[in-house]
Amino acid sequence: MRAHPAATLLPLLGLAAFFLLWEAVPLSGLVNPAFLPPPSVLPAAFLREWHSGQWMAAIGGSLGHYVLGLAIGVGLGIAAGTVTGLFRTAEGLTAWVVRVLRPVPGLAWVPFAIIWFGVNPSAAVFIIAIGVFWIVYFASHGAIRGVDRDLLELADAFGFRSAPERLIKVVWPAAMPGILVGVRTALGQAWMAVVAAEIFGVPGLGQRMMQASTLLATDIVVVYMLTMALLYGLIDAAFTALQARVLQWRA
Amino acid sequence: MAGLIGIRGLALTFTRDGTQTKVLDGLDLDIASGEFLAIVGASGVGKSTLLRVIAGLVRPSEGTVTVSPPEPGRRSVALVFQDARLLPWRRILDNVAFGLEKLKLPRAERKRRAQAALARVGLADLAGRWPFQLSGGQRQRVALARALAVEPHVLLMDEPFSALDALTREALQDELVRLCRAAGQTVLFVTHDIEEAVYLADRVVVLAGAPGSIRATHTLDAPHPRDRTAPALQETAQRIRADLTLTDRVAG
Ligand SMILES: Nc1ncnc2c1ncn2[C@@H]1O[C@H](COP(=O)(O)OP(=O)(O)OP(=O)(O)O)[C@@H](O)[C@H]1O
Ligand SMILES: [Mg+2]
Repeated sequence: MRAHPAATLLPLLGLAAFFLLWEAVPLSGLVNPAFLPPPSVLPAAFLREWHSGQWMAAIGGSLGHYVLGLAIGVGLGIAAGTVTGLFRTAEGLTAWVVRVLRPVPGLAWVPFAIIWFGVNPSAAVFIIAIGVFWIVYFASHGAIRGVDRDLLELADAFGFRSAPERLIKVVWPAAMPGILVGVRTALGQAWMAVVAAEIFGVPGLGQRMMQASTLLATDIVVVYMLTMALLYGLIDAAFTALQARVLQWRA
Repeated sequence: MAGLIGIRGLALTFTRDGTQTKVLDGLDLDIASGEFLAIVGASGVGKSTLLRVIAGLVRPSEGTVTVSPPEPGRRSVALVFQDARLLPWRRILDNVAFGLEKLKLPRAERKRRAQAALARVGLADLAGRWPFQLSGGQRQRVALARALAVEPHVLLMDEPFSALDALTREALQDELVRLCRAAGQTVLFVTHDIEEAVYLADRVVVLAGAPGSIRATHTLDAPHPRDRTAPALQETAQRIRADLTLTDRVAG
């Protein structure tokens, strides 16, 4: 697919308009600049963070939590979704357990994370993994339940009858589009979980954001908001490209 | 000729929600090596079920099904379905190689055999395409190549051409005759199309009744390639049609 020039230009135009409007609102006196720092003050705030070395340190810390938490949550989500998607007994056994645990918000796990892991990166990884787990679990479960039974019969007919063979030859490839949709949602959800995971003092973007906000340094808060947005944007764009490659077999 | 498949007193009963439905009953059938056997019967009589039993996908409720054991690198039977049933995430060549992956062959050998099978159905050029890029007829040829690749003793085909337009169907029938006759391939071909059965087969078995059983057997010895309009074929077709309507009246 070749993108139309207007199609690549339009989002940039929208972004420029967004920043212009954002600049105009506090400058016009409509809102106190302390409540909403205009974009023009952000470069200075960013440079202060950069020179103190805190920006890089925060990114390094958070990326570590993010990648590990995401990997664990996605891995366990796919594994659990596969088991309950394939076996009715497992689905039945877990039906109410899932209903009990699913609505618990990520923040509610914070005290447990501290008690179990202490105030250290493992606790942050745990919070992120839990936030991601459910999304991937439900996506995988649904995708695997929906695999065309005719394709399983085909595998049967050519002698692939053990569970691992069926998983590798048919079930996972067939469920891949649905699983990847879940993983993509998880990529965004995991950044939200990063903030929750770091507010209790594990070093990273979330912690820096909380420190700045208790000092009412709104410009720094916004610098970290945009940092997170940038990281999310890059990761999501890379993932979308990967997804398109993996799923090129779809019409 | 040695029998490749022997069926004795086969009966099959499905149980669903506590109610039992007998689909096949008292079926005896032998398939000889090199034979092209067609099975015709009305919809729901149990033709697909019979193929599933032979392919080992369903266990018989009564009776025995004996299938000649395969040599290494081959399968006893390979199934071609009514829909091509290709795996959409595999390129065409990898679809053809699907069954070979179970046969513990070296990778190079798998590739060679998949390429050869694809060439036999005339689609060597499409090896690198995705299934969605193929026409219905091409897809069905790939399904045929996938089955031929495992060099089955008996090729089982379940109404393989019924979803195709008349022109494509005839082209594929001719191709099947050419491929199977040349190689002495044994075929068990299920269809509800009487003209198709008499054009292709050495022997036509009429399946009828509820539960389904063998109602009649017709032998055709006209040499291939056959003339679709030959009186001998028309006459056998008439007799098969009579078998089917007769059993309808008996059943109703
Ligand atoms: N898994 C199953 N459970 C219960 N009943 C089944 C099952 N599979 C098939 N049947 C029933 O068995 C009978 C025979 O089905 P089958 O698919 O073998 O018919 P068929 O002769 O191939 O028909 P068609 O020409 O329409 O394909 C039908 O009445 C069908 O409803
Ligand atoms: Mg059928």
